[in-house]
Amino acid sequence: MDNIAGRKSGLSIVTNVAVFIIVILWLIPTVGLFVSSFRDRDQISVSGWWEAPFSVELTYRTRADDTPTRDGDLYVAQGNIFETGEVQDQFTSGANSIAAFGLVGREPGAYAAGETVDNRDGGTVVVNADGSYVYTSPEPIDERGPRLYFLAESPPDFTMDNYAQVLTGLDEDERAQEIASGATFGDLLFEEAGIFRNFINTLTVTIPATIIPILIAAFAAYALAWMDFPGRGFLIACVVGLLVVPLQLALVPLLNLHNQIGIGQSFLGIWLAHTGFGLPLAIYLLRNYMVGLPRDIIESAKVDGATDFQIFTKIILPLSFPALASFAIFQFLWTWNDLLVAKVFLPSTGDAQVMTVKIADDLLGSRGGDWGILATAAFVSIAIPLIVFFSMQRYLVRGLLAGSVK
Amino acid sequence: MSPVLQGIITIVVGVGGCVGYFYFANLFLDKVLFPAKGTNAGRNINRANMIRPWVFLFPAIFALGLYLMYPVVGSFFRSMYDRAGTEFVGAGNYVRLFNNPDFRQAFLNNILWALVVPAVTTFMGLLIAQLTDRLKWGNIAKSIIFMPMAISFVGASLIWKFVYAQDPDLGIINAIATSFGADPVDPLQIPFWNNFLLMVILIWIQTGFSMVILSAALRGVPEETIEAAIIDGANPFQVFFKIKVPQIIGTIVVVWTTITILVLKVFDIVYTMTGGNYGTEILPSFMMDFMFRDDGQATAVAFVIMLVVLPVMIWNIVQARKEMR
Repeated sequence: MDNIAGRKSGLSIVTNVAVFIIVILWLIPTVGLFVSSFRDRDQISVSGWWEAPFSVELTYRTRADDTPTRDGDLYVAQGNIFETGEVQDQFTSGANSIAAFGLVGREPGAYAAGETVDNRDGGTVVVNADGSYVYTSPEPIDERGPRLYFLAESPPDFTMDNYAQVLTGLDEDERAQEIASGATFGDLLFEEAGIFRNFINTLTVTIPATIIPILIAAFAAYALAWMDFPGRGFLIACVVGLLVVPLQLALVPLLNLHNQIGIGQSFLGIWLAHTGFGLPLAIYLLRNYMVGLPRDIIESAKVDGATDFQIFTKIILPLSFPALASFAIFQFLWTWNDLLVAKVFLPSTGDAQVMTVKIADDLLGSRGGDWGILATAAFVSIAIPLIVFFSMQRYLVRGLLAGSVK
Repeated sequence: MSPVLQGIITIVVGVGGCVGYFYFANLFLDKVLFPAKGTNAGRNINRANMIRPWVFLFPAIFALGLYLMYPVVGSFFRSMYDRAGTEFVGAGNYVRLFNNPDFRQAFLNNILWALVVPAVTTFMGLLIAQLTDRLKWGNIAKSIIFMPMAISFVGASLIWKFVYAQDPDLGIINAIATSFGADPVDPLQIPFWNNFLLMVILIWIQTGFSMVILSAALRGVPEETIEAAIIDGANPFQVFFKIKVPQIIGTIVVVWTTITILVLKVFDIVYTMTGGNYGTEILPSFMMDFMFRDDGQATAVAFVIMLVVLPVMIWNIVQARKEMR
């Protein structure tokens, strides 16, 4: 349309640039989370995720543990610091360099590489950029070797370790221990503290809480769209009004009711709650869609002697697929992402916790500073919705439009 | 494998029970209660057809009644009793609320949310819908902007916790600020403005929704009106604001209301980001402070939320009735 009047305007460049900037702004937060979830924990704390592809300077501590020799009055330990026992498995690649070193943990980078400094027991220390070191002392050096600290450039370190830790709730050493004692990674997934258990819980909440309201709403929507009975208009108005009722209102009375009838805080309770809260939108969307289906099909089926049940299952349901799919996606996302209903209608600790509650209450509380773990947990929780969303987006949009815009 | 197995069994029972109800209730109606054969076949069919809508509607009416209508009444009565639910205190809970400075803060913040978020979200959605309309890669751009819809509020909050982090090695905002020589601050602790930083999260999530709906509405604007305007010499801005926007004003209002309703329900973001501290409390998170401790005050807050939503509800019903005629 822009070029109708013959001008391919500069506006089109502006538009492209503007949209590009918006898209980048929209993406940045998620990309940050995604990158962070794969980064080594030490690296997260010293450089931002946007610097993830570059190497960072990390602090290491080790001991000058090469066998000491005697040189005149002095005892001498020398070797390469990268090959000392405490750090050797972190520097296997060969091309490493040291920026600075130190003798106390407070100042791990007090001296530049290559500088010769006096140590506490009257000798000297030097650590060169290539890692070679000489430690001298007038007194015998014990076998463990004296402490040394150093700063070294570390290459970017991407790891699945965060995922393994979040899913099992065990850190690297604990996992190694369990596996050594005969457990497989699959067994570890079912550890108490792991988020995998919460993942299963979320699925257990989500699947029935998606299917049940659709079934109920589809029958109700058919009745409201195509069956004649007194009070139909009033019921439709009720549904529209109930679309707006805030969830908060339901929490106290229904939790009390659930407690009285003995389903307290349980899966059954939360399914019923999600079903109740999801129904108005479901009925509204589905009825709007079904009303739009051609009247002739339904009437000719009736003339042929089909019952309402047959018409519903054989004609309406298949034809309503786009609307059903759209609502299913909506309800799935809503129940999967829900925090409030789960906090109220499921026990707050232990076996039945869902992922959102685990993240918001447990991880954020106990691991507030452990950003790698938080990023990974968040990513685990959004992975399934994102997959569903991108594979079903077409239906989501189609149903949304069929139901809400005339 | 027990949790997985347990999950599968519960799922099968739950869903199976539901399918079973509809199938057998219908079968019972046709074969046992009013069989369509014998001497009264005709009368029976009519009767069955009178009852059938209610068979179809029963679970929905039951669930809606129990989970949405009963709570409106139930909450109202509960809010007039004390903490334990034994002593009638009339408006006592409401009086206590309005004397509580935290409640007033939460109420004002909530109003702020309800004013800012729907307005910005609708505007951004409209803007992006228009901008992406004729782009070659418009659909990809739309998908990316729509994507946060799929992310949980908790997940989104964590995502933004990174963005807002005080440590310039974590938070990109402080990283940019410090690169210009500023001192790193915790943005979430800046009074008043931190509310807007939380709103940004919801705007980020919801803009995609308003964009999709408004984009469809824009496509529905008849080409002739636009062509006529262009021939008359209207520039793109005039075409947009004077021709397109007035024609989709109905949809804009629908999007606006939908997001307003959502804002009044939002709880997760404040709960996850600040826990309501630093002056960011809103009514739903304020209510959770009383949940499990003082049902009287919790329901009173819930009822205040209901009163705030009421005008939107009435408007919705009136609108729906108009459409049905």
